Amino acid sequence: MSLMTEVGQKAFNLGVPLAVHMDVTYRCNERCVHCYLDHDDHGEMTTAEIKDVLDQLAEAGVFFITFSGGEVFLRRDFFEIVEYARRLMFNVKIKTNAVMIHAKEARRIRELGVDTIQISVYSHRPEVHDAITKLPHSFERTIKAIRFLRAQGLRVTIANVLMTSNSSDHSGVQNLAAELGVQYTLDPTITPMMDGDTSVLSLRIPGEELPEIFANPALVGNQEEFCAPPKPPSEEDLEGYSCSAGHSFCYISPYGDVFPCVQFPLPTGNIRQQKFLDIWNYSPEMKEVRSIQAKDLTVCSSCSHVSSCSRCPGLAYMEGSMRGPSTADCEKSFYRTGVPTANMLRQGLSKPRSISGNSAPLIQIRPIAVPA
Amino acid sequence: MSEACIYISRSSAIAARALAGEMMVMNSADSTFFTLNEVATAIFQAADGHTPLQEIVRDRICEQFDVDPEQAQADAEEFVAELSGHGILLVSNQPLPSETPR
Repeated sequence: MSLMTEVGQKAFNLGVPLAVHMDVTYRCNERCVHCYLDHDDHGEMTTAEIKDVLDQLAEAGVFFITFSGGEVFLRRDFFEIVEYARRLMFNVKIKTNAVMIHAKEARRIRELGVDTIQISVYSHRPEVHDAITKLPHSFERTIKAIRFLRAQGLRVTIANVLMTSNSSDHSGVQNLAAELGVQYTLDPTITPMMDGDTSVLSLRIPGEELPEIFANPALVGNQEEFCAPPKPPSEEDLEGYSCSAGHSFCYISPYGDVFPCVQFPLPTGNIRQQKFLDIWNYSPEMKEVRSIQAKDLTVCSSCSHVSSCSRCPGLAYMEGSMRGPSTADCEKSFYRTGVPTANMLRQGLSKPRSISGNSAPLIQIRPIAVPA
Repeated sequence: MSEACIYISRSSAIAARALAGEMMVMNSADSTFFTLNEVATAIFQAADGHTPLQEIVRDRICEQFDVDPEQAQADAEEFVAELSGHGILLVSNQPLPSETPR
């Protein structure tokens, strides 16, 4: 077990919020076709409010903080926020489209000791990338920014969200990442809109295309291991929990709402009305999320995939029950191994239904690399 | 045991947080990750750039932990050299300025 895994497990067992994902704005200068956010400002936290939240998070034991949005650099006080977070000795990661990063901003990011910058790149073909972001020349600006960041010696990860219009471009983006000297991560996650509108899910790549991705060792590592049939669950597996959401991780919106995860829209409290630790420790919703073990899952507890499935409780919640199955993960488990899931079998399906408005993302990228 | 004064300060490139009495430390320059035990955590927390290491060992370590002063000083110097090698601590024979991010 790596030291990081050990620490993650310790935080999980102690109920310490080791990592927080904070969206500082939902405003954005791009209008990505698949985006789930409402970009209007409905009353973002002020600089002072965010600093107060950061003080509270440091006191609560949060070590990793990811600032995201919207586009974080649309906040004029963004560097002030990062500087404050670094003074409190957080490990800071930033998610951005990078179009506002030039040499000066890259230097400032390096001076502030930011750990990693994750940047969305949709294609190695400028016209495909720009058609997704709806911002002319955004590809050119983003790639230029990555070069500025690399020139400062900063660690950059390209996040390649896959959807119908760019589904064949992952190899090209991987090659581009290698050429730029940055990490690459694949993310076929298309999430329903915040208002519940699921029309964007039609952009999701069909499940039938997943085996091609799962057969690519450059994307999944040891392919044989990754696609191996599920092992029968042990007692320990059934006593286990889904992920770190609500255990050692949570999400804070620009309006101060606290959720178990960025992909788990269950409101647990608002930081403008309550102290963070009161929400974290005493919110009934947070406690409920924390209480769910694999053996409590309505369908999945009897599924052969239960010990290896990436079942996301947030996606399950969006489908109707945080104890229920997440269809997207059922599809992923099926296309990964060829073995039908309990959720499919109870519906009499030998393979997952094709895209439906109710389907959710296929693969989730954890907001940070802290083990559950 | 060395006779010269050693001053230690935390690098501005690091992130750090206590978890159940142990300090987690990560260097953003290379993502190296450490956890420090209770004694090392006490030294790390006292690394303000202007308190000599000898004083830290005397007041924070020997006071709080039942250890032999000479052995404690030698262990502290070894620990400081190791963390300095990883860019976590800055070491000087002169007082150091605060290294929090500008």
